[in-house]
Amino acid sequence: MIGVESLSVAYGAVQALREVTFEAPPGRITAVLGANGAGKTTLLRTISGLVAPREGRVHLGGETLTGRAPEEIVRLGVAHVPEGRGVIGEFTVEENLRLGAMIRREPAGPLLEEQYALFPVLGERRRQGAVTLSGGERQMLAMARALIARPRVLLLDEPSLGLAPMVTAQLMHSIRDLCASRELTVILVEQNAKSALRIADTAVVLYLGRVVANAPAEEVARDERLRQYYLGMVES
Amino acid sequence: MNAFLTSRPVSDVLTGVTNGVIYALVALSLVLIWRSARLLNFAQGAMAMIATYVGFVAIAPHANYWVAMVVSVVAGCLIGALTERGLVRWLYGKPELNPVVAMVGFLLVLESVAAAIWSTSSRGLPSSFSPIDWQLGGRPLALSPFAAYEIVTALVVMGFIAGIFRFTKLGLRLRAAALAPEVSRLLGVRVNRMLTIGWILSSGVGAVTAVLVASNYFTGLTPTAMDGVFAFGFIAAAIGGLDSPGGALASGVTLGIVLQFVSDYVNANDVILVALGLLIVSLMVRPNGVFTRDAQRRV
Repeated sequence: MIGVESLSVAYGAVQALREVTFEAPPGRITAVLGANGAGKTTLLRTISGLVAPREGRVHLGGETLTGRAPEEIVRLGVAHVPEGRGVIGEFTVEENLRLGAMIRREPAGPLLEEQYALFPVLGERRRQGAVTLSGGERQMLAMARALIARPRVLLLDEPSLGLAPMVTAQLMHSIRDLCASRELTVILVEQNAKSALRIADTAVVLYLGRVVANAPAEEVARDERLRQYYLGMVES
Repeated sequence: MNAFLTSRPVSDVLTGVTNGVIYALVALSLVLIWRSARLLNFAQGAMAMIATYVGFVAIAPHANYWVAMVVSVVAGCLIGALTERGLVRWLYGKPELNPVVAMVGFLLVLESVAAAIWSTSSRGLPSSFSPIDWQLGGRPLALSPFAAYEIVTALVVMGFIAGIFRFTKLGLRLRAAALAPEVSRLLGVRVNRMLTIGWILSSGVGAVTAVLVASNYFTGLTPTAMDGVFAFGFIAAAIGGLDSPGGALASGVTLGIVLQFVSDYVNANDVILVALGLLIVSLMVRPNGVFTRDAQRRV
C-alpha cells in the first residue's frame, strides 16, 4: 500500500499540489486524472523523489519515502516511467533493459528473458538502437525497463501519449494483466481519461492541484459533473 | 623499402603520430569530463603534472620507474576525485563562465604551488627507453624506443577506457548518467557518484599523459610541462567533438601529423598558428566537432 498524505508542492510561487491525500492498494490500478497543469506529473515526480514537497509525506508499507533520493526510492520498489517514456535512444533495447536490471543482485540474463517473453517484439529488436522503435514499442520498452527491477509500485505518466487508439487499448490491457498477476500497485496518470477509466479500479481527479474526487472508477466515469475537471473544460 | 620508411614524409608521419597520441590522450581526458559534466577542465594538464610530481618526486623518488608511474596514476585519480567533490561540485548549474574562470584559476594555483614546492627547474624521469631513433639500413627511422613506448601506452590506455565504457556495468551507468541523468536516477543510478568516477578516470588518463610527457628526455618535469601539450590536446578535442572519445583519438593523431608537416615543410614557429587556424575553421564548419554524429533525436 502506497499512501500520499496531505502533500503540497510549490515551484517558487506557483502551487502545484495542495494537500493531496489518497492511497493506492496493491493489485489495483489507481488512475489520476486531470487537465493540463492539474499537477498529475508533479504528483508522480514527488512520489519518486525527483521533486521535494513543501509539506506532507509519501509512505510505502510503513516506510517514509519523502526525503529520500530517487535512486534510493527505486530500490525500495517504486518504479517511475516518466512522461515521454525516458527511453535512452542512443542505447540498444537490451542496454536500456540492462540499465533497469542494474539494481537487482541476480544475473541479468534470466531477467531479460522474462521481459522478452512478456514483450516478444523487444526480444526481436534487442540489438537495435532504441531510437528505431515505434512509439508503442518504446512505451513497451519503458514498461519492461521498469518491470525488470521487480517493483512493488509502478508509476505510469501518460503511457498513451502519442499512441494510436489500437495500441493504447493493447497497452491498457497489458497494464491490467500485469497489475493483477503481480499484485502491483499501479498509479496511472492519464489525459486519456476514457482509456484509463476503463481499466482503473479507483480514480483520483485533480483540479488545480487539489483532489476534487476520489472514488471507484465506474462512479467517476458516470459522474457528468466531474467530467469538466478532467477534460479541462472548466471556465476559470 | 628502407629508403621509403626513412623518407622525409614518412618520418613526418611517424613523428606526428608520436606527438598526436599525446594530444589524443589529453583530448580523451577532456572528453570524459565534458560528456558527463558539460565542463571544460582547463586545469587538466596542471592536475596531471601535480600527480607526476607526487609520484616521482614526493612519494617515490628512488623507486623503480613503473612503481612511481603507478603511484602517479593513483595520485592523479585521487586529485580528480578531490577536485570534483571539493571544487567542481559547487559549479554545476552555475552560469557558463563560472566554471571556466574557476578552472583557469585552479590551473594557475596548481602551477604556482608546484613551483613553490618543487621549484621550476626541470627534472628528468628515469625512463629506461632510449630516445635515439632506430636505424634502418644506415638511415634513422623517425621512431625511437621511447616513441614506441608512448604510442603503445596511449593505445593501451584508450583501449582500457573504451573497454570500461563498452563492456562493463559501470560503463553502462556512466554512459546513462551522461546521456539522461534524470532517467538514470529513476533507474537507481547514483548520478553524483558517476560524475566523481568520470573525474577519476579522466584524471587517471591525465596522469599517464603527464608521466609520458615528463619522461621525454628533452622536456622533463616542470610545473608548466603540460601547458603546450594541453593547448594542442584542447584544440584536438574541440576539433574532434567534445562528445566523442573516438573523435579525440582521430583528431589528436591527425593534428599531430598535420602540425609535423607544417613544422618540417613550412616553419616550426607557425605550428601554433596553424593549430588555431584549424580550430577556427572547424568550429565554423562543424561547431559540434568533426567526429560527432549529428544530434540524435532524444526519445
